[in-house]
Amino acid sequence: MAEIKFEEALKKLEKIVDDLEKGDMSLDEALKKYQEGIELSRICSQRLDNAKKKIDVLVKNKKGEFELKPIEKESEEK
Amino acid sequence: MSKEGTGLIGEPVNLENDKHIYTVSEISREIKVLLETAFGEIWVEGEVSNFQAASSGHIYFTLKDDSSVLSAVMFSRANKGLKFKLENGIKVICFGKISAYGPRGQYQIIVEKIEPKGIGSLQLALEQLKIKLEKEGLFSSERKRPIPYLPSRIGVVTSLGGAAIKDILKVLERRFSDVHIIINPAQVQGEIAKEEIAQGIKNLNSLNETLPASERIEVMIVGRGGGSMEDLWSFNEEIVARAIYNSKIPVISAVGHERDWTISDLVADLRAPTPSVAAELVIPKKEDLEEKVDGLTDALKNSFLDIAYDFEQGVDDASRRMLLGMQNLLRLSASEFQALHKKLALLNPVALIRQHKLKLADLARQIYVRAVHFLEMRQAEFGSAAEKLSSLSPLNILGRGYSITFKMPQGAVVKDIKILEAGDTIKTRLHKGEILSKVTEVKGNG
Repeated sequence: MAEIKFEEALKKLEKIVDDLEKGDMSLDEALKKYQEGIELSRICSQRLDNAKKKIDVLVKNKKGEFELKPIEKESEEK
Repeated sequence: MSKEGTGLIGEPVNLENDKHIYTVSEISREIKVLLETAFGEIWVEGEVSNFQAASSGHIYFTLKDDSSVLSAVMFSRANKGLKFKLENGIKVICFGKISAYGPRGQYQIIVEKIEPKGIGSLQLALEQLKIKLEKEGLFSSERKRPIPYLPSRIGVVTSLGGAAIKDILKVLERRFSDVHIIINPAQVQGEIAKEEIAQGIKNLNSLNETLPASERIEVMIVGRGGGSMEDLWSFNEEIVARAIYNSKIPVISAVGHERDWTISDLVADLRAPTPSVAAELVIPKKEDLEEKVDGLTDALKNSFLDIAYDFEQGVDDASRRMLLGMQNLLRLSASEFQALHKKLALLNPVALIRQHKLKLADLARQIYVRAVHFLEMRQAEFGSAAEKLSSLSPLNILGRGYSITFKMPQGAVVKDIKILEAGDTIKTRLHKGEILSKVTEVKGNG
């Protein structure tokens, strides 16, 4: 769970809310989903606060293979 | 002079000494030179007809107006730079030289440049390409794919030094930027731009095939910042349009400014008016996301509570129903018990015995009654029999006047006269008393 990405967590959370709104499950199941949902909601908020961006440039090396190289500092500064 | 002859037949005509006689080739050549020097390079306007593209690469057509036609040829070396597609019916202005073509005995214009009349050739090319691609279905709205919400990997095809990438990165700075941007650098203007842009789109697609599903580029932005129509032209090129069309990754086209529409915009899955807007479409605002997460969290709580309440109600309902059920069961058992009890009572041997006793008593009484009756009957019968019996006693007969005679001394009952003789003593018993007599005579009877 720790490495789940924001959009994945959000998608899961949406799914859980959908499931719960359909309401077609046992109380145990609902409770489990609810707890999972609360955890996902916490993760979402956390990810929103610690978003990490990554900017790469796609280049081809001498062998003709793709390589990702971080973009030069100049555009990433500030 | 006579030797020159005047006859119409017979003698060869000989004008060689004082008249110049051309061969066809000679005169053709001279006409050609004459035409070329007389007109030089000129502009001619007309409508294209009889258009033919030969396999050699040369183009042949006829320029015409209301009353005349002019043959035209455009050699392959000249028509390579042709931006638009030459076709019958379009009005053009041709630049070239008037010449003659000996083998056909025909004068013609050798076209070096050609421009559509009234409209720039780029514009015409654009219109023509639009029509062609539209016919092929490249702009069809049905094939436009949805742009993923919150993509985690975004490809960009643009120039590293251009305004577009700066704008996109600026958006990234101020928005929620939990994203990985992969830029495929490409020239966005000049001769090689179209090749590089198309290649960039292909590269990102190829790269995607090497990546695991969870790490793939989900959407790409293809574009550049503002400029003149010529600057943006690469995005009107067929090769770029086809690369966008063939891209497996959904493409957002973001070329120039709001007012600029390119063919890339028409083919792309989504057209963004500017690169900044394109970035904003795929990189959401942090506040929007916070709001969304809060909304979902509320919905989560509410829907869970709904379920919990439902269950609570269900439990209440169930316990109520259970109670009712128990009561019903008890009530039912009670009535069943009573029925059984009744049934059991009916089966009770005590009662049976009592009943049988009663029956016995009854029978005994009946027997007694019958016995008494029987005895009475017998007594009565006996009485009458005794009476009968007594009536049969000889003594009783004597009572009615009859008597019995005995021969004496034996005392034998005299039933026949024969046993008697005169002189015998007889005793006669009467009802009351006896008589002793002497027989005087015996008389036979019969």
